[in-house]
Amino acid sequence: MNPQEKFYWLIGGIACLLVAASLIGLILRRRASGEGALAVIDNLNARVRAWWAMVAIFTAAFVIGTNATIVMFAFISFFALREFITLTPTRPGDHRALSLAFFVVIPFQYWLIADHWYALFAIFIPVYAFLLLPSLTALAEDAENFLERTAKIQWGIMITVYCISHVPALLLLDIPGYKGQNALLLFYMVLVVQLSDVLQYVFGKLFGKTRIAPVISPSKTVEGFIGGAASATLIGAAMWWITPFTPLQSAGMAFVIVLMGFLGGLTLSAVKRSLGAKDWGTMIKGHGGMMDRMDSVSFAAPIFFHLTRYFFT
Amino acid sequence: MWLSNVLIGTVRLLVGASPRWIGSAPTDAQRIYFANHSSHIDTVALWSALPPELRARTHPVAAADYWGKGRFKRYVALKALNAVLINRNRASPDDNPLSPLFETLDRGDSLIIFPEGTRQLQPLPGNFKSGLFHLAERYPQVELVPVYLENLHRCMPKGTFLPVPIVCTVRFGAPLQRIAGEDKQTFLNRARDAVIGAAQ
Repeated sequence: MNPQEKFYWLIGGIACLLVAASLIGLILRRRASGEGALAVIDNLNARVRAWWAMVAIFTAAFVIGTNATIVMFAFISFFALREFITLTPTRPGDHRALSLAFFVVIPFQYWLIADHWYALFAIFIPVYAFLLLPSLTALAEDAENFLERTAKIQWGIMITVYCISHVPALLLLDIPGYKGQNALLLFYMVLVVQLSDVLQYVFGKLFGKTRIAPVISPSKTVEGFIGGAASATLIGAAMWWITPFTPLQSAGMAFVIVLMGFLGGLTLSAVKRSLGAKDWGTMIKGHGGMMDRMDSVSFAAPIFFHLTRYFFT
Repeated sequence: MWLSNVLIGTVRLLVGASPRWIGSAPTDAQRIYFANHSSHIDTVALWSALPPELRARTHPVAAADYWGKGRFKRYVALKALNAVLINRNRASPDDNPLSPLFETLDRGDSLIIFPEGTRQLQPLPGNFKSGLFHLAERYPQVELVPVYLENLHRCMPKGTFLPVPIVCTVRFGAPLQRIAGEDKQTFLNRARDAVIGAAQ
């Protein structure tokens, strides 16, 4: 099978999954009674509908090409940072640094990927943005909560721009014997992370009893995590044919992705709660905001990128 | 109008500007929407939160001393935003600065006004100018809908050139009740409180 055919098989598989999910949603909706159950099922159906839209956008960007995929992730970063800054208390003194973060840092970081300039891509935000943006804020001469403000902005940029940009950065990797197929690796990572989220949600709803961190994230349970992580790891292993990995390596990588995704969801829930919110936003119906969908990706992407780069290039 | 779509698209990309109808619904009743004013984006944000069919018959009120100057600004205000221009300073004592608004309301169209008159730096509105009171007295049948524009003071405050993208919701409150014989200041305070009420 050539990469093109693999890609169409993948899309076909995902479309089948979504058709199944939509049908299950329809059946559950007919059978459901009671207000609580109806609310859960309506939310489930809204989530499935949003999945259709997300898969459509993702596929379209893939079909158009590499640059379209990079631009799509630049917009994802833009919307994610917009949510992060909306929830973060900032002061007028932060204005210039924030404008630059949106209109200079995001385009430049993604341009570096399109330009294949890995060395600068890896340090641009942790070194240059980290030092220069607070300097700009200092010039605004507002010392009130300066450390808190700059730390929050830096966290926002690290998670929403630096970490998320590691997804399309997978296109940069020169993996021997895998030339021209990096887009499939990107697909693999996003698929494993999102399936893991979905499966943890499903296992949690079906069997969840023991909560892992009720204060931070009430919906995360031990049963949900074990069931979701195990099944997503198995699916990841079964997807080895679209990766440069052997089945066993693919299982290992999938497990790392699943674990980091879980930690991302948990940690960013803590961030969200410390900012006083339940959802990051309302952009994606049924899911919440962009960051509610990207939280696990933002933790999984840099580690997956790094491990692949270290062991396979 | 292509330029309207460009403006609306840009504002949605920057701030979202999704509507939340809390106390009223988007119906074709004739209305005066009045809102807090803290950024250049306010007008387009409120305007784009309305459904297209209402937008076509809703005119933002803009200051002639700013929007009337220069061909480009005039073109944007009149053609793209469908705005009504008024003079903030009267030319002669008999001149009623509100008369262009009377014409619009007489046609049965709706208005968007910012009763503070100028942009504020803080999230909650300052004192209202008296224009809203005079319009309310003259047109008792027109619904007065308070609108709170959330977060826009952080997006593009006075004195800045580049915006910061921040999610803004446009919150529509319940129409202001009319109280017979109410004096001007009490009415204006009540109207301001209604905008603050839509914020919660």
